[in-house]
Amino acid sequence: MALLEIRNLHASVDGTEILKGIDLDIEPGKVHAIMGPNGSGKSTLSKVLAGDERYEVTAGEIRYRGRNLLELAPEERAREGIFLGFQYPVEIPGVSNTYFLKAALNAIRKYRGQEELDAMEFLQLIRERAKTVKLDESLLQRPVNEGFSGGEKKRNEVFQLAVLEPMLAILDETDSGLDIDALRTVADGVNAMRDDERGFLVITHYQRLLEHIVPDTVHVLVNGRIVQTGGKELAEELERSGYALFDDEAA
Amino acid sequence: MSATSKTLEEVTTRGYEAGFITDIEQESAPPGLNEEIIRFISAKKEEPEWMLEWRLEAYRQWQQMPEPDWAKVNFEPIDFQAISYYAAPKERPESLDEVDPKLLETYEKLGIPMHEREMLAGVAVDAVFDSVSVATTYKDKLAEHGIVFCSMSEAIREHPELVRKYLGTVVPQGDNFFAALNSAVFSDGSFVFIPKGVKCPMELSTYFRMNAGHTGQFERTLIVAEEGASVSYLEGCTAPMRDENQLHAAVVELVALDDAQIKYSTVQNWYPGDENGKGGIYNFVTKRGLCAGDRSKISWTQVETGSSVTWKYPSCVLRGDDSVGEFYSVAVTRHRQQADTGTKMIHMGRNTRSTIVSKGISAGHGQQSYRGLVRITPKAQGARNYSQCDSMLMSSTCGAHTFPYIDVQNPTAQVEHEATTSKISDDQVFYCNQRGIDTEDAVSLIVNGFCKEVFRTLPMEFAVEAQKLLEVTLEDSVG
Repeated sequence: MALLEIRNLHASVDGTEILKGIDLDIEPGKVHAIMGPNGSGKSTLSKVLAGDERYEVTAGEIRYRGRNLLELAPEERAREGIFLGFQYPVEIPGVSNTYFLKAALNAIRKYRGQEELDAMEFLQLIRERAKTVKLDESLLQRPVNEGFSGGEKKRNEVFQLAVLEPMLAILDETDSGLDIDALRTVADGVNAMRDDERGFLVITHYQRLLEHIVPDTVHVLVNGRIVQTGGKELAEELERSGYALFDDEAA
Repeated sequence: MSATSKTLEEVTTRGYEAGFITDIEQESAPPGLNEEIIRFISAKKEEPEWMLEWRLEAYRQWQQMPEPDWAKVNFEPIDFQAISYYAAPKERPESLDEVDPKLLETYEKLGIPMHEREMLAGVAVDAVFDSVSVATTYKDKLAEHGIVFCSMSEAIREHPELVRKYLGTVVPQGDNFFAALNSAVFSDGSFVFIPKGVKCPMELSTYFRMNAGHTGQFERTLIVAEEGASVSYLEGCTAPMRDENQLHAAVVELVALDDAQIKYSTVQNWYPGDENGKGGIYNFVTKRGLCAGDRSKISWTQVETGSSVTWKYPSCVLRGDDSVGEFYSVAVTRHRQQADTGTKMIHMGRNTRSTIVSKGISAGHGQQSYRGLVRITPKAQGARNYSQCDSMLMSSTCGAHTFPYIDVQNPTAQVEHEATTSKISDDQVFYCNQRGIDTEDAVSLIVNGFCKEVFRTLPMEFAVEAQKLLEVTLEDSVG
């Protein structure tokens, strides 16, 4: 069974159609990349998958592990194992990163009928995961994303990913704002989580990230449609030729 | 409508959890205010002649005073002759065991530590049920340190010299309209005296609870810390649900001598009225601390989610050199609640310092004003103040207003004022949702984060209580 099946997905925001019929399957254990120019609908796709109500699904369906995803509230999707690494992570003043993540993890565990982690177990877990993504431990006690640099925010997203261990991880331009060392660390963190079960949807502008997180499949999204699908070499091709090639199809 | 704004709107619809009425016999004075009533109250309390005279003088001053109308609140005029100024449970208990079980049940429902629990928590509780202190715990243990912690009525009988020396020295009888009214008819309250050099070994706590209908509650609290003494005091307040409005006009006076420290924390969730603004407490309170001695420190922390109309400015008069005043406040207004609250920091001594951190949360049709005065008098060389006023708006029908008054009369002063207004954004809530946290928990998480700077100044166990109170206030916010 596919982890994620998207059929003829149409979505709009404020009455403007952004996604114009997306079809996409992600099998367990696979890494899919979506590339495309600005405004092609990459972020909209990620928000629709996560259940942001400001995006309206006007047609089509999404099945996640056989279930109708569109029936689930955003927090239910998260508890079912969907994680979105945000392009612009928000700040939550006064709420420590640790406290936030503990609330998140325990909400997810409770939903799954697992025991909540006690303070010691939790601390041990986050310290260990912070190390794998080289997140400075001082950031654990700081309020969520407040005063973090752009790079620290993205690293924090991948840190949360490592702690919450989702089934399907959607990374929305996690590479933007990262220098090359940070990019490598983030990629290492993601690669360490790859296994036979977990699926990834990696959204990016640039081929650079895909040198480190090598995808199984690459899709090109232009003007709300997937215009081409191929292997990892497609990304390299795009790097050379740009998206101009697809302008005709997009029009 | 997005999930967030839906949630925030529904914040206004939560019921009042402490809204139950205890059914015990009350002995009340007939409604109305005149010298006879004041004599009746004084006689009931077996007060000495000087106390009665003090009350009568306050009453005479009050009669000459106009009711203040400068606060940004609107309410029906109060008929002071329709209020009963005295209510007491008929049986006077001698110890906790004799306390009416229904009373204890009331405290139980409120989660107030009374029996064994206060021992574990290290809390001594002077519980004020309407006007008479029903039970005072831990008095003996405190007495070993020379600490006096008792009801004001008892203090007037047992420690008249102390009461006489300090009563009215910080808030004089004619200070303002409501303080004068309180001075004339005050029913009970707490008295705390910490002698020279003594650090009070436990948190002192009083729970006020108004019960009888149509009665005002007029506590009078006086806390004195002598040279080098220190004390942390907490008051918690709840009132049952009633259709009519109840008046609460308390006076709290704090006196800190050289090197003394007083920390006064309030958790207040009096009945705020229903969503149409019917019922609820009028909370018109005068709280003031005098840093009389050098290097003394007075710190006010308040977490207020209740009352229909609030008019309250816990203040510090920094008379001693190097003395310190602090004010930390979280105030929530929802339904039709109105609050005009803030603080006054009066710098008189050299190198005096003050800090003001005010967090206001408005929901529903709540209206909230921060009103603060920072005054640096000519002799306050090197005085410093930092003020921060943050408002969070949770609906499109609520309001937040800031009225900072800054009066600097000495060129060496440093005064800073910062203010922000924010809303809980859909993005923040969605971010929490995406991590598995439902909207109700997300709102509570974000609001608690907003209030954190204030919560961290509360004594540990009360910080937890305040956080819970805020959660309960925002509970059922998701339909």
